[in-house]
Amino acid sequence: MSLLELRNLRVEFPTRRGTLVALDDVSFSIAPGEVLGVVGESGAGKSMTGAAIIGLLEPPGRIAGGQILLEGRRIDNLRYDDMRRIRGKQIGAIFQDPLTTLNPLYTVGRQLVETITTHLPLNPAQARARAIEWLERVGIPAAAQRIDSYPHEFSGGMRQRVVIALALCAEPKLIVADEPTTALDVSIQAQVIALLKGLARDQGTAMMLVTHDMGVIAETADRVAVMYAGRIAEIGPVREVVKQARHPYSAGLMASIPPMDRRVDKLAAIEGSMPRLSAIPQGCAYNPRCPRVFSRCMVERPDLIPAGPTDAACWLYAPGAPA
Amino acid sequence: MRAFFDSDIWFSFTRSWLTMGSAIVAFICIAGAVAAPWLAPHNPFDLASLQLMDAFKPPSWTMEGDPLYPLGTDDQGRDMLSAIMYGARVSLLVGFSATIFATCLGVSVGLLAGYLGGTVDAVLMRIADIQLTFPSILVALLIDGIVRAAVPREVHDQIALFVVILAIGVSEWPKFARTVRGSTLVERNKEYVLAARVIGLGRFKIMVQHVLPNVLGPVLVIGTLNLALAILAEATLSFLGVGVPPTQPSLGTLIRIGNDFLFSGEWWITIFPGVALIIMVLSVNLLGDWLRDALNPKLR
Amino acid sequence: MFAFIISRILQALPVMLVVSFISFAMFAYVGDPVSIMLGQDFTEAQRTELVASLGLDKPFFVQFLTFLGNAVQGEFGLSYRLSRPVAELIGERAPATLELALCAAFIAMAVGVPMGVYTGLYRNSWLSRFFLTFSLIGVSLPTFLIGILLILTFAVWLGWLPSFGRGDVRPLGFWATGFTTWSGVKALILPAVTLGLFQLTLIMRLVRAEMLEVMRTDYIKFARARGLSNRAINFGHALKNTLVPVITIAGLQLGAIIAFAIVTETVFQWPGMGLLFIQSVGAADIPVMAAYLMLIALVFVVINLIVDLLYYAVDPRLRTRR
Repeated sequence: MSLLELRNLRVEFPTRRGTLVALDDVSFSIAPGEVLGVVGESGAGKSMTGAAIIGLLEPPGRIAGGQILLEGRRIDNLRYDDMRRIRGKQIGAIFQDPLTTLNPLYTVGRQLVETITTHLPLNPAQARARAIEWLERVGIPAAAQRIDSYPHEFSGGMRQRVVIALALCAEPKLIVADEPTTALDVSIQAQVIALLKGLARDQGTAMMLVTHDMGVIAETADRVAVMYAGRIAEIGPVREVVKQARHPYSAGLMASIPPMDRRVDKLAAIEGSMPRLSAIPQGCAYNPRCPRVFSRCMVERPDLIPAGPTDAACWLYAPGAPA
Repeated sequence: MRAFFDSDIWFSFTRSWLTMGSAIVAFICIAGAVAAPWLAPHNPFDLASLQLMDAFKPPSWTMEGDPLYPLGTDDQGRDMLSAIMYGARVSLLVGFSATIFATCLGVSVGLLAGYLGGTVDAVLMRIADIQLTFPSILVALLIDGIVRAAVPREVHDQIALFVVILAIGVSEWPKFARTVRGSTLVERNKEYVLAARVIGLGRFKIMVQHVLPNVLGPVLVIGTLNLALAILAEATLSFLGVGVPPTQPSLGTLIRIGNDFLFSGEWWITIFPGVALIIMVLSVNLLGDWLRDALNPKLR
Repeated sequence: MFAFIISRILQALPVMLVVSFISFAMFAYVGDPVSIMLGQDFTEAQRTELVASLGLDKPFFVQFLTFLGNAVQGEFGLSYRLSRPVAELIGERAPATLELALCAAFIAMAVGVPMGVYTGLYRNSWLSRFFLTFSLIGVSLPTFLIGILLILTFAVWLGWLPSFGRGDVRPLGFWATGFTTWSGVKALILPAVTLGLFQLTLIMRLVRAEMLEVMRTDYIKFARARGLSNRAINFGHALKNTLVPVITIAGLQLGAIIAFAIVTETVFQWPGMGLLFIQSVGAADIPVMAAYLMLIALVFVVINLIVDLLYYAVDPRLRTRR
């Protein structure tokens, strides 16, 4: 049985000018211990998917349809307090910017201890010992002394290590990591990713790794989901997607993987830009930019269909498509 | 004009009954005050028409009321409704003038400080900081006191209205200066300003033509909220007896006069001008609050 | 810590200097102190003598230094209006104003902070909407009108509380307090509520705005993602971060309360410094105005120092930077 399963998830944002559909018909699953990479341009719905899973969509965003299941149990309709017990304990989260994720007024030790005692039956002294242990595991030197330091006394990379410790310290089964290295110096990104991957493997923790850095995905993930305009364009084993993407959009993305020494800011290989949520075209959302567009793409919206080793939401893989 | 009615601001305006209501109330207040000489049932300043027999008449709906004086009369036999309309005229005149004065002063200082930076910025903002330490009412009182000490009494009575406008205006400018300076610092480094510099436009031209229009949003919000504050400040000064001259009573003056009769039971002389003041200030405040929320993209 | 205090005091010095310069300029150049003090009939000899005794014949800079030296010793000369030492006048009236201001500040904080926290956390509940409407009316009501309405209700119609003065006052050493007598406490209620109400609404709106700001931050989102209880998030993480800016404004408000006491004291004929000041403005009594200005400046500087020290205690980022 899969650890996490999303079934036809739909997230809406009611606004004054009508309802925006931020996520539409998103389905995928993550097996225990598996790393699923989620890629796409900004605004494609990657982070939104993560927020929906941990039950922290920003109001007025709301889940309007579909289900989220954790170990076969629905968690999308839980009351706030029941969901709270799952957050941290079953599903940990890592956010993008370590400079703003830690409360500046409390020591890292205090923040670790409060997380541990919230979820595990330990007394404060045991929790503190556990906290030091975790700081050591994430590679903070002299952890026993550093535990009483405030966040601002750590560098950015060190802070993200603390955030990782905070996300993992209650031993969750799943980590939702939302752009965990984007805000870090390039030189540190690889270290942090390696640390995250290593810890997840040791603990047997599954991970949903949201990023727009294809290099990170290629190195870390087992499977990858490519998102576009609130939908999944393609999902499949990372090797297949990187080597030979089926969906024209993922193919474009892969073609734009830069050398490892610089970051991806612009996907120069794909013309145009992703449509705003309020102006998604009829048919396939990618049709204005797609080099292989044909008549059906303009009319009908494709669902995920098997395309060799991966699944792609593209009419090219439906029977009767032009060769 | 078309663009305005299509905009988000107009949309949020029509969505809020409270805002529409307060706009209507504010409009009625302003119209009633401006048109007082034509609309008011009596002329409270026409001494010939005043009769002491009519003094202390309660509002018309009470037992001893006189239908001629819907809100009663004061100790001189003046019709309260007319006195309030004329008083609101003075209050609004001072409020608007002081706010415009403070806006011009504050915006100029803020633009200069933000755009020029360096020593100019440091000195101007230090002055603003020091003044901001003191509540504006205290600053206004001091200015009024200094002018009072500096000029002879007869002259003071003649220029009292301008002194009040000056005092309130000077006491409120730092808020504008700070906000405008902040926005200017942001705008200064934007590409369109750089572009204007590259073309070779002069500093002042860039400031006025390019930076100024982009910092006016927050200025409008502070200006509206400040109008309410200025009206209150004028009322407070006049209540304390150091504001506008008694020959041109504002709402604050009326309240002060009425305050003397509070204990003898003639409550209407104080309460009606007070209610008028509250309604006026509240409607302006509501408009300012709405404007702030409507212009703040964070809250949408 | 010590260096921190010293640096703050050094920063405050220019403020005090500027304010004393303004005071001095008022004193020396506004109106003609000599003819005011001499009255109608005087000889030229008397005039010269007074000019010399006031030091007005000395160079500007010397005069300013003398003024500063006197000011440090609390010496501000004679009131034009009452012909008594200004320091003595202010000394007599300070306890009344301070007792009033402290009570008002207490009311404003004790009620305003919880209301702000509540409206920040539960921004859509009907009670929040009620509080917000109340606060909007609060900022639209001028202090003197609140005072008048309270007097009309509780003194004139109901007759429960006195409408003016301090009631019976007992000496407590050099301090004349109204806290120890029943009539003193009764007399304090209406003025303190009047003075506190406006600050209360300000503090409430401020705390609410800060709370909303903090609740949007990443670390609160992360605290939720860690599964902490609402209680720990709202009252541990959010409230403490809200306190940092609130301390500053609350400190400044205490200073503002002392200045706003001018209005309240006038409405209630409360025998404090504010009433003295307003009478002095009306009579162009420059020495009292100058002394009051400097005293208020000093109060603000001291409050700012205390605020900075509180900051220092609350925010660890300040402690390590030094």
